[in-house]
Amino acid sequence: YKLMMNYCLSGHPTLPCNVLKFKSTTIMLDCGLDTTSVLNFLPLPLVHSPRLSKLPGWVSKDGTVNLEKELKECAGRVFVDSQPEFCLPEKELLDLSTIDVILISNYHCMMALPYITEHTGFTGTVYATEPTLQIGRLLMEELVNFMERVPKAQSATCWKNKEIQRMLPGPLKDAVEVWTWKRCYSMQEVNSALSKVQLVGYSQKVELFGAVQVSPLSSGYSLGSSNWIIQSHHEKVAYVSGSSLLTTHPQPMDQSSLKNSDVLILTGLTQMPTANPDGMLGDFCSNLAMTIRAGGNVLVPCYSSGVIYDLLECLYQFIESASLGTTPFYFISPVANSSLEFSQIFAEWLCHNKQSKVYLPEPPFPHAELIQTNKLKHYPSIHGDFSSEFRQPCVVFTGHPSLRFGDVVHFMELWGKSSLNTIIFTEPDFSYLDALAPYQPLAMKCVYCPIDTRLNFHQVSKLLKEVQPLHVVCPEQYTQPPPSQSHRSDLMLELQPPPMPYRRCSVLSLPFRRRYERIHLLPELANSLVPSEIKPGISVATVSAVLHSKDNKHTLQSVPKPPPVPPTKKRKRVIEEPPEVLAPKPLLSGAVPLEAFLATLHKHGITEVKVEETADGHILHLQAEDTLIQLEEDGTHIVCDNNEPLRTTLRDLVLRFLQKL
Amino acid sequence: MPEIKVTPLGAGQDVGRSCILVSIGGKNIMLDCGMHMGYNDDRRFPDFSYITQNGRLTEFLDCVIISHFHLDHCGALPYMSEMVGYDGPIYMTHPTKAICPILLEDFRKITVDKKGETNFFTSQMIKDCMKKVIPLNLHQTVQVDDELEIKAYYAGHVLGAAMVHIKVGSESVVYTGDYNMTPDRHLGAAWIDKCRPDILISESTYATTIRDSKRCRERDFLKKVHETIERGGKVLIPVFALGRAQELCILLETFWERMNLKAPIYFSTGLTEKANHYYKLFITWTNQKIRKTFVQRNMFEFKHIKAFDRSYADNPGPMVVFATPGMLHAGQSLQIFKKWAGNEKNMVIMPGYCVQGTIGHKILNGQRKLEMEGRATLDVKLQVEYMSFSAHADAKGIMQLIRMAEPRNMLLVHGEAAKMEFLKGKIEQEFNINCYMPANGETETVTTNPSVPVDISLNLLKREMALGGPLPDTKKPRTMHGTLIMKENSLRLVSPEQALKELGLNEHQLRFTCRVQLQDPHSDSDTLHRIYTHLKSVLKGYTIQHLPDSTVMVESIVIKLSSSAEDPNTKVLLLSWSYQVIDLSYSQLLLNIRKKLTCSR
Repeated sequence: YKLMMNYCLSGHPTLPCNVLKFKSTTIMLDCGLDTTSVLNFLPLPLVHSPRLSKLPGWVSKDGTVNLEKELKECAGRVFVDSQPEFCLPEKELLDLSTIDVILISNYHCMMALPYITEHTGFTGTVYATEPTLQIGRLLMEELVNFMERVPKAQSATCWKNKEIQRMLPGPLKDAVEVWTWKRCYSMQEVNSALSKVQLVGYSQKVELFGAVQVSPLSSGYSLGSSNWIIQSHHEKVAYVSGSSLLTTHPQPMDQSSLKNSDVLILTGLTQMPTANPDGMLGDFCSNLAMTIRAGGNVLVPCYSSGVIYDLLECLYQFIESASLGTTPFYFISPVANSSLEFSQIFAEWLCHNKQSKVYLPEPPFPHAELIQTNKLKHYPSIHGDFSSEFRQPCVVFTGHPSLRFGDVVHFMELWGKSSLNTIIFTEPDFSYLDALAPYQPLAMKCVYCPIDTRLNFHQVSKLLKEVQPLHVVCPEQYTQPPPSQSHRSDLMLELQPPPMPYRRCSVLSLPFRRRYERIHLLPELANSLVPSEIKPGISVATVSAVLHSKDNKHTLQSVPKPPPVPPTKKRKRVIEEPPEVLAPKPLLSGAVPLEAFLATLHKHGITEVKVEETADGHILHLQAEDTLIQLEEDGTHIVCDNNEPLRTTLRDLVLRFLQKL
Repeated sequence: MPEIKVTPLGAGQDVGRSCILVSIGGKNIMLDCGMHMGYNDDRRFPDFSYITQNGRLTEFLDCVIISHFHLDHCGALPYMSEMVGYDGPIYMTHPTKAICPILLEDFRKITVDKKGETNFFTSQMIKDCMKKVIPLNLHQTVQVDDELEIKAYYAGHVLGAAMVHIKVGSESVVYTGDYNMTPDRHLGAAWIDKCRPDILISESTYATTIRDSKRCRERDFLKKVHETIERGGKVLIPVFALGRAQELCILLETFWERMNLKAPIYFSTGLTEKANHYYKLFITWTNQKIRKTFVQRNMFEFKHIKAFDRSYADNPGPMVVFATPGMLHAGQSLQIFKKWAGNEKNMVIMPGYCVQGTIGHKILNGQRKLEMEGRATLDVKLQVEYMSFSAHADAKGIMQLIRMAEPRNMLLVHGEAAKMEFLKGKIEQEFNINCYMPANGETETVTTNPSVPVDISLNLLKREMALGGPLPDTKKPRTMHGTLIMKENSLRLVSPEQALKELGLNEHQLRFTCRVQLQDPHSDSDTLHRIYTHLKSVLKGYTIQHLPDSTVMVESIVIKLSSSAEDPNTKVLLLSWSYQVIDLSYSQLLLNIRKKLTCSR
């Protein structure tokens, strides 16, 4: 058994970060950034907010701890007043500079990339598909922009002190890994990190150091999203990250290529196992229409790429029937335009229906038409053109879904006080109650329609039955029902053998039965082999060759002929090293049949043979030659005095009857 | 010996109707399926009867691969698949799949509607043919079947053009289609990795040309257009709707902008806008610069270039018109040419290669009187300029590609014989590889020498690596021994011991024993000890043991001694060894013992 190690650097099941050590290569699988930590921070308002600027500071009840500069009380909760911070993957478990490659599965799972590749000594290569790179860049750019638009000089650190944190009210008190929390990276770091990305296409085979081959497969979740196969000639690891079997815009999931893996690492299942995406989409539309008809505005906090394309497509079909033809739809993000434009140029990565549209040639997504007919308008921010063109009632799509930064903060302040307005949550990454906490009390209606198209437990168990991995590795969360629904045993993975669970900082040794390695016989050697049939359909050939190993590739070549020796030395050498010395001898198998052997001896002039039967076979006395041959089932013994030519003859005659291995 | 066969049905020592058959590892592949624009008869299409005299091609071909949308590479496809008959897979990139049917339909219309030819493929056949197309993505490894895999590389040339790597087992062929090795205004340069194919099949259109720098050619082009406009003349640029046209449009658009020119630029036929739309949707196939800026400014939205109407050709004053098709063999470009040919103030700029038989080819060869249909002749007075804007690799580019891919053999197609001959010489000289240039219908056979992949047991490999180290000592190579087990399709190399065990065989021991008499006055044990110490002193580097059961072992050779009771001085030395002993021979050993003690029979 050869062990393969898996280091688990993230405990978040949908924002994974694992490191695989496999055949002397170190491969990081995704580097998700856990942004749920920002819920502990105060929102960053784009426009001066009297409410948020006059919040009381926090002092412990007994007055001994005074953190009024760092912590503010808002709507009955305590929030950190500083630039929001993210929870990074674990950096202490292994030396990040030893990572050879990073494989990215989708744009949501690469947001921690600059933290991994910058200032860590990382010198490797990052592999991602083109849509993943381009949209990932947009999402990072947006994040940086959101942060830099509202600069906060203060960095709060005192509250992180273990002694102090213990005394804080929840949920701050229970926040974990707070010392690893970091502020957002800069655009310069993003550019540097992304310059290390090498683009790959689905089913492209990428060789790593000659030892391992990696290949991305369509995962059906988002534009360019992929699962990965990591394999050598005899071992196969499947890495399944966010995958979807629903027919939305991306190319369908490639399931068959996952078959027959030794280990399948399973991450990125749906975060909403009980919410049906189609039903949610229906709820979304009806709540939206209801609010607009009543004269209210609709706010949709969302990411700038992904489900928003499906929402817009759904609305495109829905607008006319719901007579929303005159309602303005706004998409506000520093990358709104780019996201909409990019979505139209990745035909190769789309589902069949959308792909065939570009053959007409028509843009694959109908939001092009919404923009052309002025139904959908996009703006980089609430400032500038938007403020003069903005009409109500309207629908606004904007970020960030955590409600802590971005243009959405402004709309929360603007529309929160009216019960006519509705906020519809569609992104599943944040608890909507926590997201809303600093805005309470709210008059605005809240609708929760999380749309998570990733695999649910039912789909995944069917998939695993189909692809039959020998072992499954997954986050520990998947091995038990969710805490809030502990009776639902259908909301967990039940497999035989049971999956190997991991949590943040786990190091797993994966069982690997590695018995063979690929080697190439050079043509000259291959042509010189003499196969002989041992059993029907099975032949063997003895191979004597010289091994060459370079860059993890092995070849065998014929044994080179010894270089010609100058004639003067030759004689001496022959005496010292008879050529026989170098010749290799195979193992022998079979038995020597008595009658046939006697006949052969006879043919060679050995006629005086006395045969004596023994317990295990026969003894042949070659009387003229004064030689004994003992023939047994599994052995032949030639007892012959110092007569080299005779011995050689007898040897060769015996060998005729035996198989050589 | 395995071999690869290559037979061009078209484009063998010729440009036009590209169609190359490759047989590799028992698979047959058709590369491109083009038409020849210089002919109107049977020679227009490749001679598919070469493949089979009667009936459909499906069972003779494993797949068809189309490199790009130019008609000399895909123009015969509906004829082949629908009229001759082929139902297997046809591979091409997404942009080719999108654009190819439009050009085919265009071509069909000119041939059937304008020339009135019958017995030609129909619109429905084009549609049915395209249904058999499987789109290819760049760098994706496509498994055509269990053994045959193909992979596309970026070729530049036109939108969606691809080179293709075809692999069966460890044998492979690369077909370049048409390619260019320098990025232009809208496309990037061709690229391939060091895939070391057995044969690289390359186009050789510009086999003898080393083109001057791109900038100079552009400046030249703009100067000529500008001068003609200045003197009030009209400029006709015959182009194909997609490809060169977009590059020249970008060039003129920026020039007009910079020089603030007012003369109108037109683009003929309704294809223009549609064509530009394809470029917008397939922007990932254009060059780096266009891709980077497309959100801010889409290079394919032109301000100065407007749609052309037939009546404009008679308008007075200067103008520039891009018209299709590119070789002046039919359609709108030919109509405009006829109108403008008589005026020496006008100019026609041929931006690409023209095949023999077309008017484009004739006027480029200096012909000033053209015979038109119905015995009319046309005097060509306008200026004729040729600008090599076709995005083909020049000689330098072809050599560059050879350096990238490192092929074992080279095969030239899509060029003129004399020029190929020249390039062939250069390639053979510089790279010391064979270069072939078969004519149409001629088969070139290349024997390959593939290494054989085998699975070696890890135990055996590890043991060998531990003993020998990763690199063999060239002076004293270590020989490794194993047994290759061939069972069904698997080849496994294991240690002989493991092979015996796996195959359920018993080992057969073959031993030899030799008796030697010698005289020695010492006791048996002393004699043995003397032998032992002597061997120990002369056979350095061998393992020699004196075991308690009165045996001496030299490596695995056993030496025993006995003497009869009646004559204790006469000893019998027993040497026993197995067949496998290779370190030391019996005779060598005996020689050494003899040196010390007197032996006799």
